[in-house]
Amino acid sequence: MTQQASLLPLLAGSFVTGSARLITGVRGNWQGALPDPRPRIYFANHRSHGDFVLIWTVLPRALRRLTRPVAAADYWGRGGIREFFGRRVFDAVLVDRERFSRDEDPIRPLLDALDTGSSLIFFPEGTRNTTDAPLLAFKGGLYRLAQQRPEVELIPVWIDNLNRVMPKGEFVPVPLLCTVTFGAPIGAEADEASLAFRERSRAALLALAPAAEPPP
Amino acid sequence: MTAGEATVTLFGGILAVLAAASLVGWVLARRQPAGVPSPVIDNLNARIRAWWVMAALIGVAFVLGNPGVVVLFALVSFAGLREFVTLTHTRRGDHYALAVAFFVVLPFQYYLVWIEWYGLFSIFIPVYVFLLLPVVAALRGDTTRFMIRIAEQQWALMIAVYCVSYVPALLTLPIPGFEGRKVLLVAFLVLVVQASDVLQYVWGKLFGRHKIAPLLSPSKTVEGFAGGVLSATALGAALWWLTPFSPPQAALLALVITIMGFCGGLVMSAIKRDRGVKDWGWMIEGHGGMLDRVDSVIFAAPIFFHLTRYGWTP
Repeated sequence: MTQQASLLPLLAGSFVTGSARLITGVRGNWQGALPDPRPRIYFANHRSHGDFVLIWTVLPRALRRLTRPVAAADYWGRGGIREFFGRRVFDAVLVDRERFSRDEDPIRPLLDALDTGSSLIFFPEGTRNTTDAPLLAFKGGLYRLAQQRPEVELIPVWIDNLNRVMPKGEFVPVPLLCTVTFGAPIGAEADEASLAFRERSRAALLALAPAAEPPP
Repeated sequence: MTAGEATVTLFGGILAVLAAASLVGWVLARRQPAGVPSPVIDNLNARIRAWWVMAALIGVAFVLGNPGVVVLFALVSFAGLREFVTLTHTRRGDHYALAVAFFVVLPFQYYLVWIEWYGLFSIFIPVYVFLLLPVVAALRGDTTRFMIRIAEQQWALMIAVYCVSYVPALLTLPIPGFEGRKVLLVAFLVLVVQASDVLQYVWGKLFGRHKIAPLLSPSKTVEGFAGGVLSATALGAALWWLTPFSPPQAALLALVITIMGFCGGLVMSAIKRDRGVKDWGWMIEGHGGMLDRVDSVIFAAPIFFHLTRYGWTP
């Protein structure tokens, strides 16, 4: 935590997790990993602005303060209420998406956060998935983090149903039950090529998704 | 006995039964050799703990009076509807219809119960919502699996909102000479039906041999059904003093609602089985979701209401 925790952000955080529970009744399934305070990267599917809130909600309270979402600076750093939530409530690590692919070391703030004992919530698709496909191809960010911090556990996290609660472009959420499933950590392998790693980590995440049901 | 004395006697009895159950659960857990886990005993104790919470919530609602009971069952409906809709085939085109179901239909149904407008609360969902909600879905223009989607929405509202709202609707029955005691009728219904569930579970665990519906619900047995229904009927007869009924009438109504409750369990199991889940949700530890706990009440409440209305109101 880089900032002194003060009352207002704490209350706002409780309000957010309380609302998330009221609307989604969210439950965490610690299927392949247990809660652990060591630095980790939780990498998850991304369909909704509320995705990291659900992960945050099912984490034990003590881990919540140590776990920082990686979020787009152009959305969460713009000032006003979003900036308050992004920086003060969730203590997000803000990254500049435009620079992400060009800059020499765009993941430096993420490495710094890991090095100071924080865990990260990371969306390796790089953007919200608004297609019918269950999961987009992964960008290179997760690979670079894994290469530079091979000791950090990479935990796949499947968020189920939130896209039905709040589809893109809707304003009123429909209360439906959501689950957050934590899979077994995938280890970084030395000399693994970026493409192979991206496919392997994507498969590990996709394996946590409930089987798609054929239409009746 | 005044209504207050009856309520105190009733909750005293529930407290004693729960205390005895906790004691039995504690002894069973202690007799279990250390280091040998027993899922059955753990589940039993989780269920008993959840019963304490549920009894406390109902107790608080009773203390708050009619508004407390209406709000409590509105919340039951909310949790139940959330579980039911989660298992249906919703598409983006259903979003408005579902938002209306949660945020308009559900509160309005309970408002109608609250203002005791029988003529509307008894037909609002089966007639008005039945006809108008599909229009909301149709206007979005998505016809894929349209009939399945609107049928599931209607079923969700009938089960989780309409039928559940018949429990607090008992407070609206104008039974002569029963003024000020109607909340005891709610207690009678909930207690007999839930006791029947527990007694079926206990009889089944102790003496169950022959499965009654192996494809639907492998834990239900003929012995559990017969023992549970008969003992719950006897309990209903013994609780006649809560109600406007004579002891034989109380026994007959208890028999009807326990059988309806059993049927509710079967139907709701068939839905779960079709959707490939074991429980509706995870809200109540040891029991599963809200609908797992109230499936029997859902099927018993409307029948109990209408039989009582037919036989005991002018």
